[in-house]
Amino acid sequence: MAALGSPAHTFRGLLRELRYVSAATGRPYRDTAAYRYLVKAFRAHRVTSEKLCRAQHELHFQAATYLCLLRSIREHVALHQEFHGKGERSMEESAGLVGLKLPRQPGGKGWEP
Amino acid sequence: MWRSCLRLRDGGRRLLNRPAGGPSASMSPGPTIPSPARAYAPPTERKRFYQNVSITQGEGGFEINLDHRKLKTPQAKLFTVPSEALAIAVATEWDSQQDTIKYYTMHLTTLCNTSLDNPTQRNKDQLIRAAVKFLDTDTICYRVEEPETLVELQRNEWDPIIKWAEKRYGVEISSSTSIMGPSIPAKTREVLVSHLASYNTWALQGIEFVAAQLKSMVLTLGLIDLRLTVEQAVLLSRLEEEYQIQKWGNIEWAHDYELQELRARTAAGTLFIHLCSESTTVKHKLLKE
Repeated sequence: MAALGSPAHTFRGLLRELRYVSAATGRPYRDTAAYRYLVKAFRAHRVTSEKLCRAQHELHFQAATYLCLLRSIREHVALHQEFHGKGERSMEESAGLVGLKLPRQPGGKGWEP
Repeated sequence: MWRSCLRLRDGGRRLLNRPAGGPSASMSPGPTIPSPARAYAPPTERKRFYQNVSITQGEGGFEINLDHRKLKTPQAKLFTVPSEALAIAVATEWDSQQDTIKYYTMHLTTLCNTSLDNPTQRNKDQLIRAAVKFLDTDTICYRVEEPETLVELQRNEWDPIIKWAEKRYGVEISSSTSIMGPSIPAKTREVLVSHLASYNTWALQGIEFVAAQLKSMVLTLGLIDLRLTVEQAVLLSRLEEEYQIQKWGNIEWAHDYELQELRARTAAGTLFIHLCSESTTVKHKLLKE
């Protein structure tokens, strides 16, 4: 499947996501079980005979799926915090979301000539 | 940071060459103003009450430890999973929670809990039937009659997948423009039921979950058989929405939000299916040698 790209690319992507993940604890990502497992799995399937080719492909698919999971969760959380995590918006903010501005009264709020 | 998802979606897809960002995608919500008194309070998130997450191998499989407490399911059963990779992924989910535990991002934990507790009390046959039911209302079998460009897009993108599934399983799947949907032959359903019967209940929970997310059994099969990547399957599932986005513009807080959530859920379900049905594949290989 060409859509997966190269395994090295997926692996680097996973490391990047693991770095984001480990920011929660402040510990280096190289100490995590996930890092050790991924390195081991990628090493074990690096060179394969023809017979095991399907296994390598399967592993790469799973790795790409996991990468997609971590990345989407990170982006989903970022969007959630930006737009949905803070409760109800003020009128100005709601207007700003769709590119509008509230009218400004020259003499302050409720000003009448 | 999340603007990269615009780039991500465009990666290698020919049908999505719209300009970066829709009319309102570049709007920032402006400075934060303290919310008024009647603010809707979002559901409380629990504080992260543990420091270290670790994995131990027990009798029933792999267990998760939060500090020195064992993780339990909502029904207070011991949380055990059959595969090491799954346990590590779940542990990573718990370890990645910053300050508060965001349950809505922990899809793998949720899937494991569902499989362990089985809150709907369904057996294997019921699970298979629930999954196959999605075939009758499969998204990619429902076609539009206009506008012409969308008709063409659906034909070009969806037909190859249907053809692949027909060939792979030796069945007949048709598409329809009627509101009643396509008529799926009983034979197709039989073949699919007997194929799904080879999966264990854990994998079946995952299969039903993914089918429910994508609203499509055919796309789910594509993910199980490594025919589609998660990104491709999600794109195909949202084909009409993507078409409308291309035409009318992208809204970050609705379209991108849903896209990322759907991707996360689909990826979690797919990974869950593969990790839970792995033991059978390994046995299969050992037999061959």
